[in-house]
Amino acid sequence: MSSIGETFIQLKHEGRKGFIPFVSAGDPDLQASKEIVLALAANGADIIELGVPFTDPMADGPTIQASSQRALGNGVRIPDVLQLVRDVRKTTDVPIVLFSYLNPLYRFGIERLAAEAADAGVDGILITDAVNEAAYVASQILGRHGLDLISLIAPTTSDERLFRIAANASGFIYAVSRAGVTGAQKETGAAARQLVERARNYTDLPIAVGFGISTREQIADVWQYADAAVVGSAIVAEIERSISGGNTVERVTGFVQGLLPPVAKETSQI
Amino acid sequence: MTNYEPNELGYWGEFGGRYVPETLVAPLDELIEAYFTYRDDPGFRTEFDGLLKDFVGRPSPLYYAERLSEKLGGARIYLKREDLNHTGAHKINNCVGQILLARRMGKARIIAETGAGQHGVATATVCAHFGLECVVYMGTEDMGRQELNVFRMRLLGADVRGVDSGSRTLKDAINEALRDWVTNVETTYYLLGSALGPHPYPLMVRDFQSIIGRETRKQIIEKEGRLPDMLIACVGGGSNAIGLFYEFLKERRVKMIGVEAGGIGSGLGEHAARFMTGTNVGVLQGTKSYLLQDEYGQIAMTHSVSAGLDYASIGPEHAYLHDRRRVEYTNVSDEEALSAFQILSETEGIIPALESAHAIAQVLKTAPQMAKDSIIVVNLSGRGDKDVNTVADELKNRTQ
Repeated sequence: MSSIGETFIQLKHEGRKGFIPFVSAGDPDLQASKEIVLALAANGADIIELGVPFTDPMADGPTIQASSQRALGNGVRIPDVLQLVRDVRKTTDVPIVLFSYLNPLYRFGIERLAAEAADAGVDGILITDAVNEAAYVASQILGRHGLDLISLIAPTTSDERLFRIAANASGFIYAVSRAGVTGAQKETGAAARQLVERARNYTDLPIAVGFGISTREQIADVWQYADAAVVGSAIVAEIERSISGGNTVERVTGFVQGLLPPVAKETSQI
Repeated sequence: MTNYEPNELGYWGEFGGRYVPETLVAPLDELIEAYFTYRDDPGFRTEFDGLLKDFVGRPSPLYYAERLSEKLGGARIYLKREDLNHTGAHKINNCVGQILLARRMGKARIIAETGAGQHGVATATVCAHFGLECVVYMGTEDMGRQELNVFRMRLLGADVRGVDSGSRTLKDAINEALRDWVTNVETTYYLLGSALGPHPYPLMVRDFQSIIGRETRKQIIEKEGRLPDMLIACVGGGSNAIGLFYEFLKERRVKMIGVEAGGIGSGLGEHAARFMTGTNVGVLQGTKSYLLQDEYGQIAMTHSVSAGLDYASIGPEHAYLHDRRRVEYTNVSDEEALSAFQILSETEGIIPALESAHAIAQVLKTAPQMAKDSIIVVNLSGRGDKDVNTVADELKNRTQ
């Protein structure tokens, strides 16, 4: 069992639901990024998604595009992302998932990436634009190195596809809450709940919900029906705001502490 | 017999396919189903052919460029006059086909990307013709150099949205159109303008543009009694080139040259010639093809004086034809294209688009080396009215 799988078993055991924050590796810079990851791990993150910067992030909204651009501007490339993981591994065991587009991984070599990522302490990889045969090939290679390929499902995904995706998935399944790009929204619609309920017919894997989750209320809502909530753009926006002044790590920590419902523990212990 | 059709997953050899976020898989499946339902449907064909004839003005002439041929002293040069189509370029052929498909799919909102603005204008035109809502994404860099087309699109009732990310050119406009599509999949049809993107776009755009080659075959046989020796076309995404080439791929004696934008130099960022440096395969915007990228797979900036050729990737079928060596790909510089722009204007009274001027620049090199009884057909994919300001600025800079 991968450490991602173990994390969800542990959560279940404790009667809790998971919190998965996302940040772009190297934003606002590599050192601060490292400290942010450690702060997230120390403040309730059950798994951390680390974005691999890419010039053309077509599934991302403006907040994460800008963040990706800042990281690229700092010269952050895959070897730097892997080094960042090695560095934080000295302090934390929190599972880390790389969130990437295919081209940088393809260029690096999927086999080489899988080997080096596993060695650095990465636990899983999510490839936004790899579906069908491309996802299958990647999952086979990652699997040989003990890495989970985290699969995406969307409200537009048919039942037939849910079945096929579930058969090829490991770690957890990432349910996209709505048709659209990443970006904070005030409400998570009914589409996410329906999607998770449909997916449960085809998989026993844990299901995390992401895209558009930015408030404590939304997290509490997602925790009603899914196994974890992913928060990306809202945290990245805090990083962006801190650039013009202030301590980034403190700001992110404060925000995340405010996000996490102690509610969750209480409700789930009932 | 070599097969030039993609497999059912949309691959020509290793190129093509479908690399998209999960949300877009269902709408692409829907599009594939609709396309294969209608591509050979008699009602669809009749409506398509009728619009091409009466709305677009097809067939476009195949014109013997006598003075240019004499000046160069080699091959007989024919121009396939796509510049004479309604809206001034080949782009309208594909737009007519896709808008008919969109209507049959019940989509009322159309989105598109545009580089030089020709595809945006053609999309806005077919949307106006059918009374459909139209949103066109265009890089702000391109909006600056193609101001006339921006105004034309707005006159036609389109909502032109500037894209300020990345290189602010075609690539970024496609990203933004994809983001719109992923957000509005239920209601929206993405009318992609080149032989690019995820399956089935490269196949579908090629099919709708292949009218260029079919007409050319008929016309050259009428005029010369035989097939041409050489076809030449510029290649950005590659839709005008594949539109001309496709009909002749199985004719082994017909040689073909695709002309990329050589820009201002051979350094990364100075050109848009995807085949310039060895094997450089990757995945961008839904398809696997040759790419201009750095050693870590980040997409490189590109440069061309011509907005329509200024793109980091190339249609997957061209990648395949390149590797099969069926088509030779070369590039010409900004300078050579500007010079060809002037030469064609002066010798034939035809002002070409800067994109098409790249193809003409290659003709200037190739024709003199060919025998006098040999025949070249060059795709004059668009007219140059939109480029007059750009050329005026460039020429002014050169004389200063």
